[in-house]
Amino acid sequence: MNPLAIIGRSFLDFLTVVGVLARFSIRSVKHCVIPPFYLRQTAKQFIDIGDYSLPVVGLTALFTGMVLALQSHTGFSRFDAESAIPTVVVLSITRELGPVMAGLMVAGRIGAAIAAELGTMRVTEQIDALTTLSTNPFKYLIAPRLIAGTLMLPILVLVSDVIGVFGGFFVCVYELQFNAANYISQTWEFLESSDVTSGLWKAAAFGFIITLMGCYHGFNSRGGAQGVGKATTNAVVSASILILVVNYLLTGLFFAGK
Amino acid sequence: MTDAPKIELNGLAKSFGDKHVLRGIDLSVGQRESVVIIGGSGTGKSVMLKCILGLLGSDKGSVKIDGKDATNLSGSALDAHQAKFGMLFQGSALFDSLPVWHNVAFKLAQQPGISRKEAKARAIETLASVGLSPDVGDIYPAELSGGMQKRVALARAIAAKPEIIFFDEPTTGLDPIMADVINELIVKCVREVGATAISITHDMASARKIADRIAMLYEGRIIWQGSKENIDRSGNPYVDQFINGRAEGPIKMQVRKL
Ligand SMILES: Nc1ncnc2c1ncn2[C@@H]1O[C@H](COP(=O)(O)OP(=O)(O)OP(=O)(O)O)[C@@H](O)[C@H]1O
Ligand SMILES: [Mg+2]
Repeated sequence: MNPLAIIGRSFLDFLTVVGVLARFSIRSVKHCVIPPFYLRQTAKQFIDIGDYSLPVVGLTALFTGMVLALQSHTGFSRFDAESAIPTVVVLSITRELGPVMAGLMVAGRIGAAIAAELGTMRVTEQIDALTTLSTNPFKYLIAPRLIAGTLMLPILVLVSDVIGVFGGFFVCVYELQFNAANYISQTWEFLESSDVTSGLWKAAAFGFIITLMGCYHGFNSRGGAQGVGKATTNAVVSASILILVVNYLLTGLFFAGK
Repeated sequence: MTDAPKIELNGLAKSFGDKHVLRGIDLSVGQRESVVIIGGSGTGKSVMLKCILGLLGSDKGSVKIDGKDATNLSGSALDAHQAKFGMLFQGSALFDSLPVWHNVAFKLAQQPGISRKEAKARAIETLASVGLSPDVGDIYPAELSGGMQKRVALARAIAAKPEIIFFDEPTTGLDPIMADVINELIVKCVREVGATAISITHDMASARKIADRIAMLYEGRIIWQGSKENIDRSGNPYVDQFINGRAEGPIKMQVRKL
């Protein structure tokens, strides 16, 4: 086949996917803000997402903070800049690693779970059954997950920020013989509130992306167990890639000109 | 407009890619009439019901309900359309995350002013009418046998007393006695509640019991329809072969000799 035709075809396919996805997101968001709301479903999603993710997110943050302290120590000790370690740890955690690591972990945990659940509901006709029982699946299934994901991720990231900083503290104080009080005061010294809030905005965006991808792939899955498996993989992969891309864009947006 | 048929299909066609499943269905179902659709496996009986419900879009032809066009609706018109129906899905399609009672009372529980307790009590009543004891109400669908799931699905379809009910193979997988109980229940539903019903079945005993009229679907069209009394003297070789269950005849199964 003509190579130009292949490029053209894939570009058109890409545009189609973007269009379909945009329509799906607009429709989903619309159902998040227009009543009726399924509060019980939403509360359940909050608990599910928090409950499922907190252990992994916390553990990831702890080790990220620890390794960050260890690595920056190797580097900074070469030119006697150990006192910068607390600042490096807290800024890296709050601005980048906290939200991104949590986002990627939650994508693997929650994005996959959502895609598998909705995918199974699709192939066993439970989603069709919902509509025959006068229930809009966008309202009943998708809106609660989007709302819970978008609001829950910032909370998870806030917790993981604290745990991550503690990880760095732990390594510095117990391994590298830093003074504990100094470490804490240095942590605060250069930290600005925008460092934390920008991370939380990122987290909200990632929460939306993760749940949207889970819902989109699950909702549109077809063809039995294999289809559900594919939906699950696609949800995790697409959410992870989008998280990395959006993270870059948001970083540019927040810290442009600083 | 009481003279208009409840459901009227004109030249309804549906293809999946180049697979033409429905090639032009003409069928009209009167108010409070019970029509049974028979036809070989894979001839598109379930697809036809889904096209009427608006779960699948049709390619050609029209669907009218009470004389009003209901072809390929969307948005709130589709919601209003679907609210008229109850459907027993071929694969039951029970919500596996909800206990049995909540499945049955799903539509009821969403109406404002109905407490969970009330909804549950009504669900237990409906379960009793399909021969299930109250303690079934508290377990989850996955813990039920296939036949019990079918009965729960039936209870869910009739619980909200819809105007139109579709039964997709209501007695498949039930023992003969329970099948007869279900047949009677369907008849009762149609007679007492005044619902209009379309049922799909492979079981001729069941068809004779439920139907006012029987229609046979073959190669995407209705090739014969008439009252159940006339089915034994239809003079149609396809119908004769089907109701007598003969391998030899004009309908050729796509199987190769071993
Ligand atoms: N979503 C779909 N995508 C593609 N093909 C489909 C889809 N749904 C149904 N079909 C095809 O349409 C045809 C009719 O399917 P349908 O489920 O209506 O059969 P049926 O008459 O109900 O059969 P059975 O008696 O076995 O239930 C089948 O060949 C099936 O492969
Ligand atoms: Mg079928």
